[in-house]
Amino acid sequence: MKTKDNTLFPREQVLSALKHSFIKLNPKELYRNPVMFTVEIGTAIMLYVTIYSAVSHDKTQGSFGYNLAIFFILLFTVLFANFAEAIAEARGKAQADSLRKTREETEAKLITTDKRGFDVTTVKTFSSKLKKGDIFLCEAGDTIPTDGEIIEGLATIDESAITGESAPVIRESGGDKSSVTGGTKVLSDQIKVQMTTSPGESFLDKMIALVEGASRQKTPNEIALTILLAGFTLIFVIVCVTLYPFALYANTPITIAAFISLFVCLIPTTIGGLLSAIGIAGMDRALRANVITKSGKAVETAGDIDVLLLDKTGTITIGNRKATNFYPAGNIDMAKFVEACALASLADETPEGKSIVELAGKDITSKLSIEGATMIKFTAETRSSGVNLKNGTIIRKGAFDAVKKLSEQAGNTFPKETAEKVRVISSNGGTPLVLSENNKVLGVIELQDIIKPGIFERFERLRKMGVKTVMVTGDNPLTAKYIAEKAGVDDFIAEARPEDKMDYIRKEQQSGKLVAMMGDGTNDAPALAQADVGVAMNSGTQAAKEAGNMVDLDNDPTKLIEIVEIGKQLLMTRGTLTTFSIANDVAKYFAIVPALFITSIPALQAMNIMRLHSPESAILSAIIFNALIIPALIPLALRGVAYKPIGASALLRRNLFIYGLGGVIVPFIGIKLIDLVVALVV
Amino acid sequence: MLPDQAFNTAISFLVNCDLQHYSGESAATYFTQLAVMMFLMFVSAGTGLAAAAILMNALKLRTTTQLGNFYNYFIKSCTRILLPLSIVLAVFLMINGMPMTFHGKDTITTLQGDTVQVSRGPVAAFVPIKHIGTNGGGFYGANSTHPLENPNYLTNFILMVSQCILPFAIVFALGFYLKKHKFAWMVFGVMTLGFLCLVIPTVISEVHGNPAIIKMGIDNSSGAMEGKEVRLGAPASGYWAIMTTVISTGSVNCMHDSTMPLSGMNELWAMMVNCFYGGKGVGFLNFYVFIIIAVFMSGLMVGRTPEFHGKKIEAKEMKIASIVALWHPLLILAFTAFACFVYVHHPIRYAYWLNNPGYHGFSEMLYEYTSSSANNGSGFEGLGDTPSKFWNVTCGFVLIFGRYLPIIGQIAIAGSLAGKKFIPESAGTLKTDTVTFGVMVFAVIVIIAALSFFPALSLGPIAEYFSMR
Repeated sequence: MKTKDNTLFPREQVLSALKHSFIKLNPKELYRNPVMFTVEIGTAIMLYVTIYSAVSHDKTQGSFGYNLAIFFILLFTVLFANFAEAIAEARGKAQADSLRKTREETEAKLITTDKRGFDVTTVKTFSSKLKKGDIFLCEAGDTIPTDGEIIEGLATIDESAITGESAPVIRESGGDKSSVTGGTKVLSDQIKVQMTTSPGESFLDKMIALVEGASRQKTPNEIALTILLAGFTLIFVIVCVTLYPFALYANTPITIAAFISLFVCLIPTTIGGLLSAIGIAGMDRALRANVITKSGKAVETAGDIDVLLLDKTGTITIGNRKATNFYPAGNIDMAKFVEACALASLADETPEGKSIVELAGKDITSKLSIEGATMIKFTAETRSSGVNLKNGTIIRKGAFDAVKKLSEQAGNTFPKETAEKVRVISSNGGTPLVLSENNKVLGVIELQDIIKPGIFERFERLRKMGVKTVMVTGDNPLTAKYIAEKAGVDDFIAEARPEDKMDYIRKEQQSGKLVAMMGDGTNDAPALAQADVGVAMNSGTQAAKEAGNMVDLDNDPTKLIEIVEIGKQLLMTRGTLTTFSIANDVAKYFAIVPALFITSIPALQAMNIMRLHSPESAILSAIIFNALIIPALIPLALRGVAYKPIGASALLRRNLFIYGLGGVIVPFIGIKLIDLVVALVV
Repeated sequence: MLPDQAFNTAISFLVNCDLQHYSGESAATYFTQLAVMMFLMFVSAGTGLAAAAILMNALKLRTTTQLGNFYNYFIKSCTRILLPLSIVLAVFLMINGMPMTFHGKDTITTLQGDTVQVSRGPVAAFVPIKHIGTNGGGFYGANSTHPLENPNYLTNFILMVSQCILPFAIVFALGFYLKKHKFAWMVFGVMTLGFLCLVIPTVISEVHGNPAIIKMGIDNSSGAMEGKEVRLGAPASGYWAIMTTVISTGSVNCMHDSTMPLSGMNELWAMMVNCFYGGKGVGFLNFYVFIIIAVFMSGLMVGRTPEFHGKKIEAKEMKIASIVALWHPLLILAFTAFACFVYVHHPIRYAYWLNNPGYHGFSEMLYEYTSSSANNGSGFEGLGDTPSKFWNVTCGFVLIFGRYLPIIGQIAIAGSLAGKKFIPESAGTLKTDTVTFGVMVFAVIVIIAALSFFPALSLGPIAEYFSMR
């Protein structure tokens, strides 16, 4: 899975797409795309004109060869557009197929129960024979036949077939880690699994159906854009139809071929041909990021996200903890305590030790010296570490009970307020580190999580995109605030209960914002359902996966950031190609309009600013350019326009410059070059 | 006045167009002029302002279905804005020699000793609202070229200012009311840029004179003076020609038919775009549709569902915006095509239509429908429209379809957006008050107008321009 295929056009996909390009010519299928459908009608008319010009001696419609050439170019325009859609589908399908391969026919050990509900026998059967609700047994070495939920037992499972992650994971019944995926392998122990979805209805099956177009629905933005494109198409219907009487008035007969060429050139065929390919490619890109989307709309919505809810653990912080607070015992001076803490940690190379020195601050640590002191390393028996200073002072820091034991052995009482603090720290998910000097407890150091490297930059990037990040944590508000500031998140929900997430999402949604969140537990399910984009982790419970609208196969909480970018790319690709397509018309007008009238109004030669060879070559060049630009842009449609978080105005400036201005200039050059070649033939 | 002409005239005043297929001094009584035409000039202008007020409410209020009382805005527009301004202007015009009387024709003896009948009437009452309300219907058939309707250079200047004062004011009122001054400046900047792009080439081509006449060896140093008033001159006439067409006034101080081909094209273009300033109220409404389309395209380009002033633009708004943007070219092109078709099939019967067959004749027909659909009301003239049932009736229909149907669409978009949930702005939101967005709107306007009308224009003024060179 992780070995991502980066070539855009593998051979077998191209072949299958070529076949489908012809199948898609079926008008019943093509009418969903109004722009290309009108091109197909134009092609059909040209076929008739071509046959007419072949059998009759009427030369008013141009020569047979000319009409035939136009017919073929138009046909190819439609085929190219179909090819774009087909190749996008083929890529998505190939991606989905490679996932589906993991669930090839495997052996399943079905457990049958007797009337009283006791398990009686284990029957060997095949995964395809399993039904929803069936319970099967998986032992060490077995491949899990299908998706399900563990109802009994615990096992280590190798999920690399799905996630590419080689480290095995532990899954057990009850709680939030009870879900198993078909195709993964049990490494140790045995589990009983209940099948939770009907065959053919797993997320993967749904996703494949989406990509293949069977259940693909247009997203709201896609519908709005299709309407705009239909509007443009209609304007050009009006322009071309009214041109007929205008031409009559000007005594300029215009051939049917020229009319249809003008029309096809002007309607936005570029974006019309690529529109559905862009949509499919968006889902495909999500799939390549190992995210299964349940609808195209979810990907699109991801681009609009205003607020991102992220769990602290695993997303913002990693396992290592860091000192965040010093709590001296009642009668101990803060400065003295901090000094003692620093002394105990100066030589400590562990991340925790370093973090204590850092928290103490340079002002204190620079004055201290541990010359001649003896380092006492942490061991599992003592569960504490520290220093024996030159002057005989013994400083120890360690786990609560270990240090308590030391001090009580020395006859000192453990200060009440420190004991209370320790309780609070632990209950908040932090780690208390108790410090003693000469076996007398001085206070407690609070350790908290370490923020993932690079996460600050990622949040900065999100901020520039206009996305507000919110950290959700069970920590107390102070710790949460500390981590929030360090990580650069904009807001946090501390001491969060599942309801709090839900309330926060509701509150933000009421003010009109779109909220995304990631979750895995059953208690996350309501919030996942409430969020506009809910990403469930594949390792999460079935309830969570049902509630969200995406499933992340990698269980990587930072994936949301990628999803947002994929969503934005999807919209941008549509917008920029629409602009490009419309801007192209300027040059096409300058090619075709003079060509139409030049014979009767020679003065219009002045408008032929590209100095095209002849009216016929001008028209041919324009429609050849129009056809070729579609396959030329397929790679861009599939890969998507690069998103740069540089602010909306700068982004608009950039895209307007590249695709707007570029869209005006490129066809002038392209049509001229094609004309130079066509002039050799005509 | 014949029934078909009365039909055309009534509609044309009702829709703030004032396309005049008649001459006021001979075809209408003082009563008709004042009670029908002047009344309609006030109320049709009032509807435009009221519609703009409702649009402003839609932009200002968050999530609402109540956009204000139309009748209230309509009456206030007439009595608080149009009437006082008109009275002030009327006094000024009377001082400058404009007649204000209910007496009949005056008889004067010219220097050569001939006796001339001079039409007069309550001109000073009629003319102010013609400009303030961007109506453009002249008391006299010759409109503002008539010495009694536009006595001197000063009145020419003041009348020109008075026709653009409300369209300008609407834009700034919007900025003031929404507290979005930068946005207003963006809109005004785009409009002004469009206006300059039209007016500069026009004035230059008028001042340079007619190359055909230069070739004949006739002095053309004072510019192309055919069809112009000597007391106003070529530059002021060219300037007025564009001002009156960008703003939907349509009063003329020279013969547009006789302006240079490029000027004719710019006059046409001004009306085809119909929102570089545009009529009071409706100019911004037309502009609003282009903003919606520009917001949609640029919103996609920055990777977000497009939103304008915190409201999402979705399929419904795009549907209406597309239809409205399509409507104007449809009316103009379809009817011009129809006229061409009729003319080509009965060239002898309808020969009287066109004074100048050929490219110029085409421009004349195109101009007539463009002016009707844009509710401008200026005429290229040279078109035999006065006695023709065909032109009276078809223009009548274009007029009525051209004004109120688009307003329904524009207000529908505003209403639909107003009813939506408000989305607060973020760093990812597209700002609509920037230069970049202004460029985008300008490009959308130019491309839609250019794409729809380019073939038609190339058969008319463009062909004429290149043939004349």
